[in-house]
Amino acid sequence: MKLLLVILLTSMLTENMVLVRFMGICPFLGVSKKYDSAIGMGLAVIFVMVCASICTYPIYTFVLVPLGVEYMKTVAFILLIATFVQLVEMIIKKKIPPLYKSLGVYLPLITTNCAVLGITILNTDESYNFVQSIVNALGGGLGFTIALIIFASVRSRIETSDIPKTFKGVPSTLIAAAIVSVSFMGFTSLLQ
Amino acid sequence: MDRKSNLYAFVKGLAVENPSLVMLLGMCPTLAVTTMASNGIGMGLATTFVLLCSNIVISALRKVIPGTVRLPCFIVVITTFVTLTDFILKAYIPALHSRLGIFLSLIAVNCIILGRAEAFASKNGIVKSALDGLGMGLGFTAALFTMGSLREILGSGAFFGIDLHLPLVFPIFVMPAGGFFTLGIIIAIVYKFIKRKPPAKVGCAACPIASDCVNCKGGETA
Repeated sequence: MKLLLVILLTSMLTENMVLVRFMGICPFLGVSKKYDSAIGMGLAVIFVMVCASICTYPIYTFVLVPLGVEYMKTVAFILLIATFVQLVEMIIKKKIPPLYKSLGVYLPLITTNCAVLGITILNTDESYNFVQSIVNALGGGLGFTIALIIFASVRSRIETSDIPKTFKGVPSTLIAAAIVSVSFMGFTSLLQ
Repeated sequence: MDRKSNLYAFVKGLAVENPSLVMLLGMCPTLAVTTMASNGIGMGLATTFVLLCSNIVISALRKVIPGTVRLPCFIVVITTFVTLTDFILKAYIPALHSRLGIFLSLIAVNCIILGRAEAFASKNGIVKSALDGLGMGLGFTAALFTMGSLREILGSGAFFGIDLHLPLVFPIFVMPAGGFFTLGIIIAIVYKFIKRKPPAKVGCAACPIASDCVNCKGGETA
């Protein structure tokens, strides 16, 4: 139980997906303009990360390892995640249209998101068991969402402020991300 | 310069269409592995190798791959070369392999590679696609090397691991925050230099597969 808590806090705060490990920078910079879309994207990422961990664990443990082809994991995981995301999109578009409206539009963005592939590869690299993988994915997704929401609030302030012309747009966004990232350094000593 | 020539296909990736500094693609590896100049070069060359090989193969197969399932096909081709690179580095440069870690596998989802496959290799001949891949890859390597050198010199007072005995170092530059900061400054300088306004956002505007992305057609995205 204590170990699970450590895994959760590590992947959520001290090893934050976006601000410390640098995975999923594109959605982090792209979808953080508005608070609502930040929340939608965050929830979609949590969902896909947890499901991807649930799907990839049995494939890795019961198919790739017994056959001795662990090196195929990148190919297998990418195809699995892409298929899964496509399937979920089709299902919720048909069955739960309101959910599709709020979350579904972010799903295609996630297919080639390195954070999702990253978390499944991390699970196998750290040789987590099934429960630990899910907790790790949950922490990673929550960390992504927290970073995205904090950053969306920061950005809404930059939009209205007067910054030098050369730094308008992406440069100022990146420097703001640097400052948010500094705040996450405060968590480094949390688990010692 | 003639925009259709083979030379332009090679040169554009180095300068006017530099993938990470002008088109803002592949930001994750640009930020993550550039704590040392040698890491930057290693990551850049690994990506160049994958880009070159995948561009050649995809260009050769462009008439065979059916349009509707082209993205999964591209991904399989790209990932094959990523796995190959992973093996080669593990065997010959294990130190670099362990420093790059998970980001070697993540070359597979680097949008530069899928972007070039979709925007260039699937529409052009083999020679041109190879030159395009090489140019884009070397442009990416140059950007990573610049980032890595700056961060290593300022952050740990060394260059390629050799101590420079600087009187003052700022450890923040090798930390994650320094990565965002350095990239922000470099992009500002690059756009000042090419006399263009920096793009307002990263994402759909810069994404090469935007024209085919269902998500982008709806208008309100990202």
